[in-house]
Amino acid sequence: MKTISAFGKYIIFVTRVFSRPEKTKIYLQQTIREIDSLGINSIGIVIVISIFIGAVITLQTRYNLESSWIPLYLIGLTARDTILLEFSSTMVGLILAGKVGSNIASEIGHMRITEQIDALEMMGINSASYLILPKILATMVFNPVLTIISMVVGIFGGWMACIVTGALSSSDYIYGIQYWFIPFYITYALVKTVVYAFIITSVTAFHGYYVQGGALEVGRCSTRGVVYSSILILLADVILTQLMLA
Amino acid sequence: MIEVEHLYKSFAGVPVLEDISVTFERGKTNLIIGRSGSGKTVLMKCIVGLHEADQGAVIFDNRNFVGMNFTGRKELRKEIGMMFQGGALFDSLTVEENVIFPLSMFTQMPWDEKRERANVCLKRVNLDNVNKLFPGELSGGMKKRVAIARAIVQNPRYLFCDEPNSGLDPKTALVIDDLISEITHDYSITTVVNTHDMNSVMEIGQKVIFIHQGFKCWEGTREEILDSDNEHLNDFVFASNFAKKIKSLTSKDS
Ligand SMILES: Nc1ncnc2c1ncn2[C@@H]1O[C@H](COP(=O)(O)OP(=O)(O)OP(=O)(O)O)[C@@H](O)[C@H]1O
Ligand SMILES: [Mg+2]
Repeated sequence: MKTISAFGKYIIFVTRVFSRPEKTKIYLQQTIREIDSLGINSIGIVIVISIFIGAVITLQTRYNLESSWIPLYLIGLTARDTILLEFSSTMVGLILAGKVGSNIASEIGHMRITEQIDALEMMGINSASYLILPKILATMVFNPVLTIISMVVGIFGGWMACIVTGALSSSDYIYGIQYWFIPFYITYALVKTVVYAFIITSVTAFHGYYVQGGALEVGRCSTRGVVYSSILILLADVILTQLMLA
Repeated sequence: MIEVEHLYKSFAGVPVLEDISVTFERGKTNLIIGRSGSGKTVLMKCIVGLHEADQGAVIFDNRNFVGMNFTGRKELRKEIGMMFQGGALFDSLTVEENVIFPLSMFTQMPWDEKRERANVCLKRVNLDNVNKLFPGELSGGMKKRVAIARAIVQNPRYLFCDEPNSGLDPKTALVIDDLISEITHDYSITTVVNTHDMNSVMEIGQKVIFIHQGFKCWEGTREEILDSDNEHLNDFVFASNFAKKIKSLTSKDS
């Protein structure tokens, strides 16, 4: 019962977020600002994580493939497909839910408890739309860029691992990552990323927007927002995979 | 003029306001006084619709706010300036940007004009040289003054101030009181002020209502306050020993 009423509240919230903007120019400015604070600021963490995970995926695949009759270039292929299909979209999505999501929930929650949202409403501004629409647009536009960065860097990380450890020759790896390449995997990953971006931003903003109480509650709502958005990301992962790859 | 009729509000079954009826007149400074926790802020927020009243009507010059839809409210709110108890300044904007904000959202004014207007308002609340600071860098009293500047920047028809001078030194408090009373009379706006500061009451209380535990307990002018025999009101007004002494002295005189 509680879940249903929360879901209803969420739907109403999202409709309010998407109702007509007050002044398009200001929304565009805000969106660019949010791309900077939510997107550009996440490039670093995405690069670091992708390099390491790319390396680890490659090494693990190498050490699990002991049989001599499997061609070594398949390691490159496996690493590439893991990165393209799942890591750069879903794993990065989960990481961004933690980083960007908690940031959004606590920012909006803080604005709620310090009455800044009330102040916006009192000026006759649709606060949900003014505060959150730019964030949703910014993440939906920029997270795909992060995903592509993660793909490139992840595959590069795998190659670095080959060079550094000598577990696999560079030419095998490079042959592998080009072998049987299916471009649709990238489309699939990007579609997932856009959906995740919407989930992360709207769910965490929703939790922040309706927070009541003090700083402690803001902390809690941010945790809850991250947990819910992570679960929804995984659910969306299953659904989209079934829809797009089956 | 704002008319409040039989307003009730409770939170999770706990009544906070009960059967409040009051008329706030145009061109007058209307004060809501009462002890901490008596329901002043809740009353103010019910009037402007930030809290939904359980029952009752709030009529802004013949427009009933309670039954109004989202768009109607939005339009009416553009005529309202509100100063919140904690200031509610936007953290990410400088002082000047905070004051300019409503102008940017709703007018087509050129940038210079907006800045000029913002600076006029900041001057009126005695703030100089803080334009480029962020709210985090201001003292509590300065925040309140910026909040007042922001509330009046659009020349509102209705002005609500929630404890405009708590936390201010007596001299600045006086400046703020005078400012509020001045703009109320100059532009003939309907002003509602929450306060528990007796100095402001005596300074600008053209109409005063006293809220006690969610009920409207007394209503009158500042002149009538001292002579009232309402027990709760006397308790509130003469809370300090100093005030009690003065009261006993003056009553001995007469
Ligand atoms: N959002 C809320 N949820 C539940 N109870 C609330 C809420 N807001 C206020 N209350 C309760 O309503 C009562 C009145 O609070 P209110 O903030 O109006 O007091 P106040 O008169 O403004 O006091 P102060 O002078 O300290 O600001 C308090 O008992 C408070 O606990
Ligand atoms: Mg209050």
